[in-house]
Amino acid sequence: MRITVDTERCVGSGMCVLTAGEVFDQREEDGKAIVLRPEPPADTRGSVREAVDLCPAAAIALSAPGTPVL
Amino acid sequence: MGEFPHTVTTMPTARRSGCPFDPPAELVDARRHSPISPYTFPGGKPGWLITGFDLVRSVLADSRFSSRKELMLHPTIDYGDMQAPPAPPGEFLLMDEPQHSRYRKPLMGKFTVRRMRLLTERVEQITADHLDAMEEAGPSADLVTAFAKPIPAIMICELLGVPYQDRGSFQEQVDSFMNGETSDEDLLAAYTATQDYLAELVAAKRANPTDDVLSDLTDSDLTDEELRGIALILLAAGLDTTANMLALGTFALLRNPEQLAALRTDPALADRAVEELLRYLSVAKTFMRTALEDVEVGGRTIEAGSRVILSYNTANRDPERFADPHVLDLRRQDGGHLAFGHGIHQCLGQQLARVEMKVAFPALLDRFPTLRLAVPPEEVALRPETADVYGVKSLPVTWDA
Ligand code: SF4
Repeated sequence: MRITVDTERCVGSGMCVLTAGEVFDQREEDGKAIVLRPEPPADTRGSVREAVDLCPAAAIALSAPGTPVL
Repeated sequence: MGEFPHTVTTMPTARRSGCPFDPPAELVDARRHSPISPYTFPGGKPGWLITGFDLVRSVLADSRFSSRKELMLHPTIDYGDMQAPPAPPGEFLLMDEPQHSRYRKPLMGKFTVRRMRLLTERVEQITADHLDAMEEAGPSADLVTAFAKPIPAIMICELLGVPYQDRGSFQEQVDSFMNGETSDEDLLAAYTATQDYLAELVAAKRANPTDDVLSDLTDSDLTDEELRGIALILLAAGLDTTANMLALGTFALLRNPEQLAALRTDPALADRAVEELLRYLSVAKTFMRTALEDVEVGGRTIEAGSRVILSYNTANRDPERFADPHVLDLRRQDGGHLAFGHGIHQCLGQQLARVEMKVAFPALLDRFPTLRLAVPPEEVALRPETADVYGVKSLPVTWDA
């Protein structure tokens, strides 16, 4: 599983940080999400999936590792 | 009519007696028939009422639905052909992209999870001060004025940089345009007074910037008028919503003693409890959108120009989304409510609200182990459905000294 965030779409709600704080953080200057662990450890995958679902802006994408993200 | 057995013609104006926490029965009923119902606005214009979780969420995420103020129609009042003016500069809740982003973007970094968590200690201190004052003056207090209102008020005012001595009069003004019972004339007066006050405040921040959000924003390309609009949105939202969550939430806990006991004995439950109270109470009840083009929603075609009423409180009680939705269950596992909305307008201040509630509820229960209503529950005065934000007007409580 590989995580990417579309910072253009991100509205800085912090839902991802709240849900999977080990994997996401927000930039100080503009509140946009950053991915701390693009390839998250197995035990965080449930919460990462939840973050994807909760993101109000559909800004988080998951792909298989090694797959180019369009 | 065969296709739509259930048309909702007016927005319900009352909740069932004895069920102050449940959405109006007509709305729950509408959802039972269908997550989307035809709706007739006063004056006869057709529109739609969406009560199902999935559909509300999908409309909120869909940029083909506009939030622009000038496209809205009042759900309960017939203004004839009168059209609302566009939202004033800065009032970004009632705008679409790209205007919306122009205002939201410079704020996003100020309300991050991390930054709001750093305020925990300050919230704890303010909460403790108010609990001290309650204890000294009691037993018996109005929880709204002693606790629920001041905590979020002080927090948002400190964040924005509203001077301490101005808070009282300012809060009264905001109160009067949020309570749903103010006459049009008084409403306009309160709105104007607030605008004047904020104009002065913005000018003062520009002249003498201090360490607060409003001062920071004077460093951007936003005009004074825009800053005033932003300040108004943040203050109105920050003051009223959390205050109502704290008071109505306490009322709900007192009416569910086993849930209250669970939170009291297990402070680790606070995070989950706050989310469940947000879902269960949904104090920001309804929002509106206008279709910019023909859009298929739940098998219906919403035509360009049609207005859609989104019922958050009914969506958050959707049995297809939440098991036993009308039960307050602080241990609930199926999270993901719509209390803060969804899509690009999802509440900017939600992480602040969370920190305030996570601190305030447990602190209150901890300080007053025998906290209870001081009047019969039926006598607790509730806000009318016409208020944008639902809640109690006052909550008389007492305890053993
Ligand atoms: S949940 Fe989505 S919108 Fe919110 S901060 Fe994370 S990526 Fe951005």
